[in-house]
Amino acid sequence: MASMRDIKRRRASIQSTEQITKAMKLVSTVKLQKSKARAEESADYFNLMYDTICSILRRSGSIEHKYLKAGDSKKKAVIVITSNRGLAGGYNNNIIRLINGSKELPAEDTYVYAIGRKGRDGLARKGYTIKADYSEVINEPMYRDAADITAELLDSFTQGEIGEIYLAYTFFKNTVTHIPKLVKLLPVEAEISGEASGNENLLMNYEPNEDEVLNAIVPKYMSSLIYGGLLEAVASENGARMTAMDSATNNAEEMIGKLSLQYNRARQGAITQELTEIIAGANAIG
Amino acid sequence: MAENFKLQIITPDRKFYQGDVEMVELTTTEGQIGVYARHIPLTAVVAPGILKIHENAEVKAAALMSGFIQVMPEQVTIMAEIVEWPEEIDENRAKEAKIRAERRIQSHDAEMDVARAELALKRALVRLEARQ
Repeated sequence: MASMRDIKRRRASIQSTEQITKAMKLVSTVKLQKSKARAEESADYFNLMYDTICSILRRSGSIEHKYLKAGDSKKKAVIVITSNRGLAGGYNNNIIRLINGSKELPAEDTYVYAIGRKGRDGLARKGYTIKADYSEVINEPMYRDAADITAELLDSFTQGEIGEIYLAYTFFKNTVTHIPKLVKLLPVEAEISGEASGNENLLMNYEPNEDEVLNAIVPKYMSSLIYGGLLEAVASENGARMTAMDSATNNAEEMIGKLSLQYNRARQGAITQELTEIIAGANAIG
Repeated sequence: MAENFKLQIITPDRKFYQGDVEMVELTTTEGQIGVYARHIPLTAVVAPGILKIHENAEVKAAALMSGFIQVMPEQVTIMAEIVEWPEEIDENRAKEAKIRAERRIQSHDAEMDVARAELALKRALVRLEARQ
């Protein structure tokens, strides 16, 4: 049996770990509330944007546009949103596994545009080419950042360097459920098969023309998807960290309980032993 | 009195405006337009300009920079990337941006992106106009 001092030291160390995990849990709970609210506020914009794109495409199914068909290059770009810091359970690994396991994105034909250091490092280890790194963005995502990334990617797309663009992020379903998702950004693939609602039979006018409108809207659509992805990912990250820290705190508590029991037993044993020794000594003299 | 219609202006970060209005004026890439109720369906791209919302004989102005507008018979939606109420505009910053953009345009530097500088100048001017 371990000595009393060892057990005591071990317990103290776990106690200080518990304090840290507890504090981290509280911090991520507060951050979660904030990021959740932000993600919910942007959802309106994103949903409307998606509806608009879908209805434009549905109404004018035969438009020929550069953003609607894949480029000639077989290289693919993927924007990977992960976190800069660890200790968030499986949050970062799930994204890495999603990309590494997908058939569309083989390591040799994929350029990674990393947002978040953990994803960047993880994918670099798996042999992916890291084309660009925007890891600072994840700390404080702004719409402007998403627009800048979009501009750069669209540039490469128009120049024929990349043929398809994907986005990998963690969808925030609720506080405990986060789903890693891979979405195709370009070429735009909207649900054309959906039911046409009453408004859809109207003849829509485009100013100046369909082509120009698509030219202007597709980048905004992409930016809004990336921005939405960033906000969802931040909320998921904090949710994942909160859950991870919660279970770490619980585990620490359990260990402390066990160690306290061991410690008390060892103390009791030591007292009993001492008593026995004293009595034995007294008997020997008497 | 003119008929009202629903106007919704949303940005990536918030619902900027929502309400029943008589008319909305804004600038598109094709020029200034005013939309009343029962306008024909229209999708147009927004250019930097002053947005005017006519609501109950009152006119609210805002600086609208980019986005697009979708007009449906009973509802108008503006998906704005950047839109600001006059009180949200920082006048000094807009003035500085204006000077910076003017300098950049005049510098005739080969590497300078004229189109971008002109857009920046236009934004600064719209902000200053909205502020007054």
